[in-house]
Amino acid sequence: MLRFAAIRILRAVLTIALVVTFAFLVLRLSGDPARSIMGDDASPEAMAAFRREWGLDQPLWAQYLHYFAAILHGELGRSMRGGGPALDLVLGRIPATLMLTLPALLMKLAIGIPAGIYAALHRDSAIDRAVMVTAVAGYTVPSFVLGLVLVQVLAIWFAWLPTGGTGSLQHLILPIITLGVGGAAVLARFVRSAMLEVLGQPYIRTASAKGIPWAAVVRGHALPNAAIPTVTIVGFMVGNLIAGAVVVESVFSWPGLGNLLVVSVTARDLAVVQCILLLVAVAMVLSNLIVDFLYGFLDPRLAEANSTGGH
Amino acid sequence: MADLVGTAPASAFPATSSSGALLTIEGLTVDFSGVRVLRGIDLTLSRGESLGIVGESGSGKSVTWLATLGLLPRTANVSGSVQLDGQEMLGVAASRLDRIRGGRVAMIFQDPSSALNPVIRIGKQVGEVLARHQGVSGANIRAETKRLFDLVGLPDAARRFDAYPHELSGGQNQRVMIAMALAGKPDVLVADEPTTALDATIQAQILDLLTTIRRETGMALVLISHDLGVVSETCERIMVMYGGRVVEAAPSDSIFANPQHPYTQGLLAALPPFDGALHRLIPIEGQVPEPANMPPGCPFAPRCAQRMTVCKETIPPLTQTEAGHFSACIAGAVTEARQSLKVHKSVLA
Repeated sequence: MLRFAAIRILRAVLTIALVVTFAFLVLRLSGDPARSIMGDDASPEAMAAFRREWGLDQPLWAQYLHYFAAILHGELGRSMRGGGPALDLVLGRIPATLMLTLPALLMKLAIGIPAGIYAALHRDSAIDRAVMVTAVAGYTVPSFVLGLVLVQVLAIWFAWLPTGGTGSLQHLILPIITLGVGGAAVLARFVRSAMLEVLGQPYIRTASAKGIPWAAVVRGHALPNAAIPTVTIVGFMVGNLIAGAVVVESVFSWPGLGNLLVVSVTARDLAVVQCILLLVAVAMVLSNLIVDFLYGFLDPRLAEANSTGGH
Repeated sequence: MADLVGTAPASAFPATSSSGALLTIEGLTVDFSGVRVLRGIDLTLSRGESLGIVGESGSGKSVTWLATLGLLPRTANVSGSVQLDGQEMLGVAASRLDRIRGGRVAMIFQDPSSALNPVIRIGKQVGEVLARHQGVSGANIRAETKRLFDLVGLPDAARRFDAYPHELSGGQNQRVMIAMALAGKPDVLVADEPTTALDATIQAQILDLLTTIRRETGMALVLISHDLGVVSETCERIMVMYGGRVVEAAPSDSIFANPQHPYTQGLLAALPPFDGALHRLIPIEGQVPEPANMPPGCPFAPRCAQRMTVCKETIPPLTQTEAGHFSACIAGAVTEARQSLKVHKSVLA
């Protein structure tokens, strides 16, 4: 178990280091922060001063080493635009994002899992087909399209809800629905196929042959097995709590992390973008770690393989 | 033996005296999306009897019992009659069927490792049956499960309660399956190819175990197998199935001494001898017909060396050829009458 944990954690740290490196390279090579922040009409001297101040005049490898060393000391840099610590800026936006993504996650779970289970248990019924058609529609329509349609219909035509911005609980409704629908659809499809796979297994027939009522077979024998693959995708959704709302926040002008990311990327505000990406990577890696440990808990076959270092 | 196989109407599979009949199947048919895979099965099982069911894959031997217990997928269309102690089982409410399954009729399957739930401890899987059919609860479940594990010869029974199926070998898992089946104190145990997935040495142990348990508990045993040799050692009576029908049914010794259906004769010729000089085994040429392309007459006719013109058009009924011995063959009966000596020689040589 210890070895298992050590390997997983080492792999997690490595993943984060890779993300940080990749983000650094892409951002440094894709544009000049001095130009995008100072503007095209800034004097060459002011540009040079800006570059010197932020260390942009140094060779790339020196910048990278400096950046990496700073991260190891917990120093994530300052915003080139506002000058404040990037981390404070980023952390300050997280509550707003979670206000959307947490209820959306609950909506995905509350709709997607029961719909998937029901569809699998009533395979090829009218309801199964309806669930699947809805699910395909739900996850093929991009969230910005869905968001715009919802705004057009509910906010503009009927004027029931605000088109965007913040201020009241009503402002939350459209973004949350927009976020939740796609995920619920993905989850419904996934849970359905996981359930169908499990329901076709010989041990389900064994349970029925033992005289266990069907409802108890589903609850006691099928669901625990179907939970194993489902945990993967739910884990991914949990990891996405922080970064999952970039597009929707833009559509609804919601002042969350996604909005900050878009603005910072456009401005090449390196420290802020890197700080967000680091945070997103950490969230993803953490949720993956949790999923790995949950596997061991849900599937005794894996638990044993883990505790003995695999065999 | 003789008292187990009495006389019956010519069309029905040998019924014992009707008072001893535990399970009666009449005219059982199964269709999968319009294709008939089981084409009218009649059989009677007495208390404590051991019946072997032999046939190639697709002959309908497993489907017969899955249909009997209502374990086929919903897409299957089952008709006919299955009576347990005179009570109809087909089409009854799920709650009634659930009292029969595992309680009065238990079934074990081919691959024990996939027939047990991988995420539930084996003790709990056995305990479920005890709780449901025997009203055992609490700490008694553990004690009773241990007793069952001892009974089926699972080594280290006390410690096994908390094991998961993947921690046991295939043979041990089949012992768990048998313990689980016994937990409901059934009147009938249906064992569907219980040893096919196991090593030859383990295979013999499991068959011995089934025989011993049957003697001790007095339950009836239905052993489904593609291996005539396996069945003959374990069962008093053998039913040979082909193409969704019963083609021959008789006491084991009678099947071996005097096989009447050409298919049974072919199965015997393909069987390695128990002792004596090895000779070349004779395979049955051809393939089992697909259910969708079943020949109009005798299902075995296309592969049969003794076929006559009539065999391609008429489905031969199962008729009694001697006391307790039933065969569904037109040509066989004719040939038998004409040159019975020759058939004997060719099969037993």
